[in-house]
Amino acid sequence: MRNWLYLHSRALAQALERLGGQPFGTLLSALVMGVALALPAGGYLLLDNIAVLARGVSGTPEISLFLDDKADSAQAEAVQGKLQAEPDLASFRFVSRDEALRQLESSGLGDVLSGIAVNPLPDAFVVTLRSDDPELFEALSARMRNWPGVAHVQLDSAWIKRLSALIGLGRTVVLMLAALLGLALVIITFNTIRLQILTQKNEIEVSRLLGATDRFIRRPFYWFGSLQGVFGGLVALGVVWIGVDVLAGPVAKVAESYGALVALSHPGWLESLATVASAAALGWLGAAISVRRHLAET
Amino acid sequence: MIIFDKVAKQYPGGYTALDGISLRIAPGELVILSGHSGAGKSTLLKLIPAIERPTSGAVRINEQDISRLPRRAVPYLRRNIGMVLQESRLLFDRSVYDNILLPLIINGHPPGDAAKRVGAALDLVGLHGREKEFPAGLSGGEQQRAAIARAFVNRPSILIADEPTAHLDPAYAAEIAELFKSFNGAGVTVLVVTHDVSLFRHWSPRRIALAHGRLMEE
Ligand SMILES: Nc1ncnc2c1ncn2[C@@H]1O[C@H](COP(=O)(O)OP(=O)(O)OP(=O)(O)O)[C@@H](O)[C@H]1O
Ligand SMILES: [Mg+2]
Repeated sequence: MRNWLYLHSRALAQALERLGGQPFGTLLSALVMGVALALPAGGYLLLDNIAVLARGVSGTPEISLFLDDKADSAQAEAVQGKLQAEPDLASFRFVSRDEALRQLESSGLGDVLSGIAVNPLPDAFVVTLRSDDPELFEALSARMRNWPGVAHVQLDSAWIKRLSALIGLGRTVVLMLAALLGLALVIITFNTIRLQILTQKNEIEVSRLLGATDRFIRRPFYWFGSLQGVFGGLVALGVVWIGVDVLAGPVAKVAESYGALVALSHPGWLESLATVASAAALGWLGAAISVRRHLAET
Repeated sequence: MIIFDKVAKQYPGGYTALDGISLRIAPGELVILSGHSGAGKSTLLKLIPAIERPTSGAVRINEQDISRLPRRAVPYLRRNIGMVLQESRLLFDRSVYDNILLPLIINGHPPGDAAKRVGAALDLVGLHGREKEFPAGLSGGEQQRAAIARAFVNRPSILIADEPTAHLDPAYAAEIAELFKSFNGAGVTVLVVTHDVSLFRHWSPRRIALAHGRLMEE
């Protein structure tokens, strides 16, 4: 165990030495990988933010239940009873026709109605749901439409549905990007390790004569690939971090104009760790394939 | 004990480099191998650390059949054999010290002990104080001595050397012959290929010669 640790720390030191021995090449690879990884990482973050943003814009999803003009208070109470029995509601409140009119007037639209003698607005219930699952939304509103005394059910599910479909599509695109650029990273590492093996050819041959096992010879290359991945991952995080800083201002302005209090956020600890770790794993994979391919027989 | 049992070696292309070699080298023996160019001397040496494998026959070291050793077992065989071959040149991108340290790292020696051994090996070959230099900064004789220190630092029980005194002044060559004799004095089995058999004459070593792939005891 002690020996194993010693051998790995030596291999790590050797890999660091080789990386440090060609700072320009190391930097260049890290930048290429970083920019490639920043695309899916940034895309993921953006989608995450949009989902939050969307919730901020629409507030909690609501259904408005407008009662029939001719509905009496008994029917209103019956509707209220039914709402109380629904398990998926977060809350609901009654908005009387008078209250609705007052709201309209205070919002500055009162002038439009000033010429009309009778209040044209119906009584209504405003219902908020426990979740923003569009399916639930549809099912519930379809049921409510058949309740006696209910004239009209209005929901903002149409755009929620569209948005969640868009976010779903975005996720697929990000996933494909991640797979594609992950593959690119593996190929880049494969090639750097191939070149490394060529430059170290002499050392590898002599080490074999001195009794080095395959594992001993491969170890520094695994570390080399993983470290290069880590550097690439760190660059990607840096790019995303700066991107968020640059975009935060404009996004906040847009959100504000929609009346939503949302800020674009930096990647969290877990996302950062996952980015660097997966970059390291991909680097390791590229190194493993390259080593298997190019160190097979000597 | 190193035993060659009716060993033949044909290189790809069909050239027969060794033919019907039978040879026993006892532990602690000093053996000088000579022969004309192309006689098969280097080939014979390379069979011992399994750098080359025999086409037929068997090579045994301490009862172990080297010719059938699986690939993954070869490194452990080599750790017990010191080599000064054309193939095992010094690495020019690292210091003399790091060159001599390499076999110990490969062998997984603890760092403290390794440092002591490198120091002792440097003393033995007379390169004390030169360890920080790079091989390119050493003379041919000094490079050869560094290579010998590296071959011996692991304290192998067998030492093989291919023309270790080639291209050296007679004085340097004599020094290197002395080194091999001193290793042999410490109980190491030594097999040296050389044109210059007179170098070792003081110690009356066992002398064998190859001609066209066939062995002749002298
Ligand atoms: N890798 C190889 N492939 C094909 N033929 C080889 C190979 N190595 C050596 N030979 C041939 O085998 C024969 C013996 O070679 P070897 O190197 O053992 O001779 P040697 O006695 O060491 O010669 P020298 O004194 O010139 O070093 C030579 O004819 C050589 O051309
Ligand atoms: Mg030769």
